[in-house]
Amino acid sequence: MSEKEHKVSRRQFLTYSLVGVGGFMAASAISPMVRFALDPALEAGGESDYVAVTTVDQLSEEPQRFDFQVEVVDAWYTSNQPRSAWIYKEGDEIIALSPQCTHLGCTVNWNANEDHPNQFYCPCHDGRFEKSGQNVANTPPTRPLDIYEMEVRDGTVYLGKTIERKTV
Amino acid sequence: MLQKIYDWVDERLDITPMWRDIADHEVPEHVNPAHHFSAFVYCFGGLTFFVVVIQILSGMFLTMYYVPDIINAYESVYFLQHEVTHGVIVRGMHHWGASLVIVMMFLHTLRVFFTGSYKKPRELNWVVGVLIFFVMLGLGFTGYLLPWDMKAYFATVVGLEIAESAPVIGGFAKALLAGGEIIGAQTLTRFFAIHVFFLPGALLGLLGAHFYMIRKQGISGPL
Repeated sequence: MSEKEHKVSRRQFLTYSLVGVGGFMAASAISPMVRFALDPALEAGGESDYVAVTTVDQLSEEPQRFDFQVEVVDAWYTSNQPRSAWIYKEGDEIIALSPQCTHLGCTVNWNANEDHPNQFYCPCHDGRFEKSGQNVANTPPTRPLDIYEMEVRDGTVYLGKTIERKTV
Repeated sequence: MLQKIYDWVDERLDITPMWRDIADHEVPEHVNPAHHFSAFVYCFGGLTFFVVVIQILSGMFLTMYYVPDIINAYESVYFLQHEVTHGVIVRGMHHWGASLVIVMMFLHTLRVFFTGSYKKPRELNWVVGVLIFFVMLGLGFTGYLLPWDMKAYFATVVGLEIAESAPVIGGFAKALLAGGEIIGAQTLTRFFAIHVFFLPGALLGLLGAHFYMIRKQGISGPL
């Protein structure tokens, strides 16, 4: 049999085998390391606990700022981090908005700008939001304020994590 | 596809002579296990290097999570081993590989010794090899402290006592290694720096010299 009758020559076969076996060995050494490095990006977000923030009888139609602490687990370091929420009642419904501006993350304040009463105002770039959290057109923010997951038990308001909204 | 990319680069930079010079060399019959199976002893040097490559890679990845600080070191090692996916594998490779390097290096040294390959004109390569051996021991010694658990701490206490027992310079050597009077915060950062920067740098330089000399002088003749 001449070399030409074979689809794969002896040299090619050897090259393929060596590259294949070598590649398999390299991959088995490298792949655990790569998965190890990618872990933070592949980790699913953990369930957040609900934290007691205030009682229902303290709330009114006017948004009020409530500060609270959440336990944050950062790898091997656990700490309490401050959070705050703008909470108000609308009829029977209770709404808790995140104070983080959806433009670049500064903190918004209720009724803070004389020219724009009854709106959330962000001092960084004049971003504004309606009471519902709806961003005011022609100001920098492109989506409404995030809303907290909320639960009311025995007259106490518990807040969880924030949820992004496309519309109010 | 790959061939085309290679040709494109080769046409412009003429890389073929470069890699040929590095990779393409004769393997004499007496060191080829395909001819004499007992020639596998000539593989120990290459295998040592292979394990060293694994050590460097796994060590690089471990530093993504490790913190060289007395408060956080143990916690970060615990976290990367138990919480991070495949952490136990990557740390395991580095842990067991460290012992394997010493074993392979020892076998390589025995092969060189019993084939008389250290003799003229290869004396300098033996000297460099012994320096590599000391650098490896240093890597093992400094790496042992980094998890900052009881075993790590007291092994280093003993190690530094040994350094202190050296005549004349003992006290100075101990203070230099420990970074002060006590084995603590400064010892840990110091050992970390030595383990990931100074000794690997020295190791790469010495390995370069080791490999250059073996290519320059060729493999020693048959017994």
